[in-house]
Amino acid sequence: MSAMTDSALQAAPTTKARGYWSTVARRITRDKVSMACAFILVLIFASALLAPWLHLADPYQGSMIRRLRHIGTPGYPLGTDELGRDMLARLIDGGRLSLIVGILPVVLAFVIGTSLGLVAGYVGGKLNTAIMRTVDVFYAFPSVLLAIAISGALGAGIVNSIVSLTIVFVPQITRVAESVTTGVRNMDFVEAARASGAGPFTIMRVHMLGNVLGPIFVYATGLISVSMILAAGLSFLGLGTKPPEPEWGLMLNTLRTAIYVNPWVAALPGAMIFAVSICFNLLSDGMRSAMDIRN
Amino acid sequence: MFAYIARRIVYVIPIVLSVALVCFLLVHITPGDPLVAVLPADASQELAAQLRTAYGFDRPLPVQFGLWLWRALHGDLGSSIATGRPVLSEVMRAVSNTVMLAVAAAMIGFTLGLLFGLIAGYFRDTWVDKVATSVAIAGVSLPHYWLGMVLVIIFSVQLNWLPAVGAGPGGSGAWAWDWEHLRYLVLPAITTSVIPMGIVTRTVRALTGDILSQDFVEALRAKGLRETEVFRHVVKNAAPTALAVMGLQLGYMLGGSILIETVFSWPGSGLLLNSAIFQRDLPLLQGTILVLALFFVLLNLLVDIAQAAIDPRIKRS
Repeated sequence: MSAMTDSALQAAPTTKARGYWSTVARRITRDKVSMACAFILVLIFASALLAPWLHLADPYQGSMIRRLRHIGTPGYPLGTDELGRDMLARLIDGGRLSLIVGILPVVLAFVIGTSLGLVAGYVGGKLNTAIMRTVDVFYAFPSVLLAIAISGALGAGIVNSIVSLTIVFVPQITRVAESVTTGVRNMDFVEAARASGAGPFTIMRVHMLGNVLGPIFVYATGLISVSMILAAGLSFLGLGTKPPEPEWGLMLNTLRTAIYVNPWVAALPGAMIFAVSICFNLLSDGMRSAMDIRN
Repeated sequence: MFAYIARRIVYVIPIVLSVALVCFLLVHITPGDPLVAVLPADASQELAAQLRTAYGFDRPLPVQFGLWLWRALHGDLGSSIATGRPVLSEVMRAVSNTVMLAVAAAMIGFTLGLLFGLIAGYFRDTWVDKVATSVAIAGVSLPHYWLGMVLVIIFSVQLNWLPAVGAGPGGSGAWAWDWEHLRYLVLPAITTSVIPMGIVTRTVRALTGDILSQDFVEALRAKGLRETEVFRHVVKNAAPTALAVMGLQLGYMLGGSILIETVFSWPGSGLLLNSAIFQRDLPLLQGTILVLALFFVLLNLLVDIAQAAIDPRIKRS
């Protein structure tokens, strides 16, 4: 009898059931669109990061006799800007500031918003009301207007534009985090953790965080697209980076005067913003459907 | 219905007060003394002290807020430092141009968005759906100020069909409903319509898909209704949510017009905001943002009420 049980145990399934996250990862690597977007993003990030080692032209070195060369001019594959600086070098080098100013606000808002939403959703009661009603106030402003109001009041500058965009995104992420947390809070495993004597901090960190991070992360990835457009938009208005620093929004602004001379060179920085923005949007969509295991 | 409207209006009051508070504090987060902005460069000490008392900058902040709010409630938002004219009349004149642009853009964006969304949702996973979804995602990912530049390059610089900037021939301020003036509206309106088009398409597509997969649609088909009749039911069920999203988008177009108005030099509230920021005209900045935010709150209120009017399920909850 006991020998039989042993052999039955031996014959038990040898393959471990695939975990949730590894299933999600497998699904997303099979999605061609998501992978193509990830590849483009990696390319843009890597070139921005490695710009000093790519032996490009000096992105700050201008020349009055080489201004506004067309795309495809020998030596200047993407032409030159209004001060005769190499566009390819400036687009690649400009990726660094553009990506930082576009992505950092979402990262900061992700950390702050998730904490606020988690606490509001888990503790509930008066604290929830206080946090969520404050969030409502920021929802009374269209996000572009709020970003410009804060940036305009604080004055131009990279730090100020990062601060203002973070303030714009914190309420949005807090709302998502709060609603996800409220959904998870009343589940049995949280009840079980509480019954076994876990304190609120442990429950939030160990038992809830892992379950709420996924949806918030997907939402934040989609926000990067908006953030890139807004951050470059602030620079485009003159509220972000200052010249001569290369940054896509600012480049678009300074090249605006050149559209009658060399229109397509003037449009290039916007194409970079568009590429990053659409890739993050498609990636966010891909992650969302990969995490929706039910279908 | 009346009780619902009354309750919604009561909810709006604290929101309006907090919006006013945020606008008031905007001036106080600006680096430096707010007095500097209203002071002539060669002002004497006495004049500075005099103006400080006149503007109330020497009082405690809560008192200042109370006074400012009281004046704002009476329609006095102060005077523009650059022009000396009352802020409210400056803002209102500009807002009418922005409303015109937003309504024109809404007509384009919502029509296309509803059309694409319904078709894509109805023919899910076909090539029509893929095309519509791609257009929608491109729409929401486009830096709209860049799209404006590209349209200017194509239609003004290369083809010379439409004007690149302004809101009327010869830079005149007066608007008229003729082609000479409407030509100036075409490019800004198309540029503004792209984001709402994308968002409405995505929303309506998802709604249509959800509704079509519900049991009652099966029942309608089983009972022998024609597909056009089924479609009518789908539209009716999608309407409340679609309406809410469109209302919100109209609000975003009104409040977020600064980038597009800057690209096209369209003389609306966005361009006014732009000049207020760069001339450090703080009363004008504060007033414009307050008026635009209040428009947005009012629009949200109207959308909520309209939604309740066409969807009986909302009033009951």
